[in-house]
Amino acid sequence: MGKMLMKGNEVLGEAAIHAGCKYFFGYPITPQNELVAYMARRLPEVGGAFVQAESEVAAINMVYGAASAGVRVMTSSSSPGISLMQEGISYMAGSELPAVICNMVRGGPGLGSIQPAQSDYFQAVKGGGHGDYRLPVLAPATLQEMVNLMGEAFDIADQYRTPVMILGDGMLGQMMEPVEFIDRPKRDLPPKDWATTGTRGDGAPRTITSLFLDPAELEKHNERLDAKFKKIAENEVRYETFLTDDAEVICVAYGTMARIVRNVVNKGRANGLKIGLIRPISLWPFPTKPFEDTLQHAKAYLSVEMSTGQMVEDVRLAVNGKKPVYFHGRAGGMVPTQEAIMKTIEEILGGVLV
Amino acid sequence: MSLEMQQVFKKTEGLTDKITHYCPGCTHGIIHRMVAEVLEEMDVLEETIGVASVGCSVLSYEYFNCDMTQAPHGRAPAVATGIKRVLPDRMVFTYQGDGDLASIGMGEIIHAAARGENITVIFINNAIYGMTGGQMAPTTLVGQKTTTTPDGRMANKQGSPIRMSEMLATLDSVAYIERVSTHDIKHLRSTKKAIQRAFETQKRELGFSMVEVLSTCPTNWGYDPVESLEWVKENMVPVYPLGVFKQMQGVE
Ligand SMILES: Cc1ncc(C[n+]2csc(CCOP(=O)(O)OP(=O)(O)O)c2C)c(N)n1
Ligand code: SF4
Repeated sequence: MGKMLMKGNEVLGEAAIHAGCKYFFGYPITPQNELVAYMARRLPEVGGAFVQAESEVAAINMVYGAASAGVRVMTSSSSPGISLMQEGISYMAGSELPAVICNMVRGGPGLGSIQPAQSDYFQAVKGGGHGDYRLPVLAPATLQEMVNLMGEAFDIADQYRTPVMILGDGMLGQMMEPVEFIDRPKRDLPPKDWATTGTRGDGAPRTITSLFLDPAELEKHNERLDAKFKKIAENEVRYETFLTDDAEVICVAYGTMARIVRNVVNKGRANGLKIGLIRPISLWPFPTKPFEDTLQHAKAYLSVEMSTGQMVEDVRLAVNGKKPVYFHGRAGGMVPTQEAIMKTIEEILGGVLV
Repeated sequence: MSLEMQQVFKKTEGLTDKITHYCPGCTHGIIHRMVAEVLEEMDVLEETIGVASVGCSVLSYEYFNCDMTQAPHGRAPAVATGIKRVLPDRMVFTYQGDGDLASIGMGEIIHAAARGENITVIFINNAIYGMTGGQMAPTTLVGQKTTTTPDGRMANKQGSPIRMSEMLATLDSVAYIERVSTHDIKHLRSTKKAIQRAFETQKRELGFSMVEVLSTCPTNWGYDPVESLEWVKENMVPVYPLGVFKQMQGVE
């Protein structure tokens, strides 16, 4: 196909189709509407199905049904809609159903705004729905990375039988960049012999449920899920470091924010400032290794976010009190400027911030 | 004379050997049996996917001898939609109580019906929430005492009963809707016929089909099983008239 100039939300759709997704159930919400429209147009062309659900609650439950029938299925929404989907996400985690959910985050809480934000970090990585479960969350920073991570997201979902979230924001959804849909190495995935597709005479009936009335049985189920999440935490960590080898102040940022911070790092380096960037790509599992690797020489860490400070808590856990951790952020759909971030870094380096 | 025994009646293949947890006199069990018999008689057990809901029938996935998916409270029609869109040639049904279908799941049922989703809904109306201990349902009768209407349901305070069959029958894409009852043998026979017709409707790809079954909850009504059947006939049938509310051409 070669390189094509595409809009972020449409890239998500085409990337999903490229990854073998033929089913999409969704409900309109700005700033991800182009994705819903794209799937409505494209899925019939590839022999799949699209349904505009009556609500996000219904959409995620249609995803639940399609996933239980053993196919690759996706939904997408933005913050208020994702809140409504939490019931279904918890049920899918409990019933071990694979699917991909895209959240193109906008400012909140409540109806908030339609501007890009990163204020759904807690909801994405710390649960969101009820019960003992974890949600693998992948955060692309470029449209090409959206393509690559979409395949990974579906593979992780299928390998571990779990819903997976792609966490973007309104800006990534709306921007245009050249992308290429290249085949990636396929994982060796287990057969979906658990799917409820009608037995067709090939064995005993199968059941998909998250109900375990006996507490001892539910505890066993929770422990099994936990062991699975530990395996994901071991094997599915993704991050990128940029000029961290000798850095004294290490910024931590993901997604759209990481693009901006990268420019700050480049500018600072040009002026002789020893600064670098850790960019978590998997937000859960959160990468701890780049922190361990840099603790020796780093003087401080700075979490930069489009929120009032959420990921900073995970940065603090990773640093574990060994070095100071600072925060710089804007909220409500406002985006931190390069100048303001640079000023904070200079204050840290100058010993102004303690 | 031969001493060989002849089998004249046996358990349906459509049910597993699991002993159900339903209370004595509850008609959930009878309705299970009729759904299972119909699926067996149509020889579609191996291509059926049932969707269990939340309520006393939450464990129905252990009783039906076919693939089963358990849905969140009220969401069964959405889950069934997802399954049916992926597997259009399979038989997909939901089994839902009145709290599940007419309260928390009101949105999902209306829209599955409006889309003409080619699924079959078995709707159990026992005018109360059974599983959670006898609270008011949208179908609770005016004057009926429940734990949350201790003085009896009052229309001006708690609203009046919702007639789902009548309401859904107004939707153009609905293929077949009938309300039946379990209060005596004659009505059980028509219940089974209605269930048959509903699954036939799906098999012929005519669209959305639903059978509303008036059912008992002796435990939470506070009547014995016989009185409960009597109560259905005396009190429920007048509010929920039996009959066919929608029958598209082609439904037999
Ligand atoms: C989201 C959610 N809210 C509430 C409940 C609790 N709950 C379980 S069963 C039930 C009522 C079910 O009543 P009905 O559908 O009439 O079925 P019945 O038990 O009478 O057969 C409720 C409210 C739940 N499981 N999930
Ligand atoms: S509580 Fe009511 S509806 Fe539930 S099993 Fe008992 S009698 Fe049936």
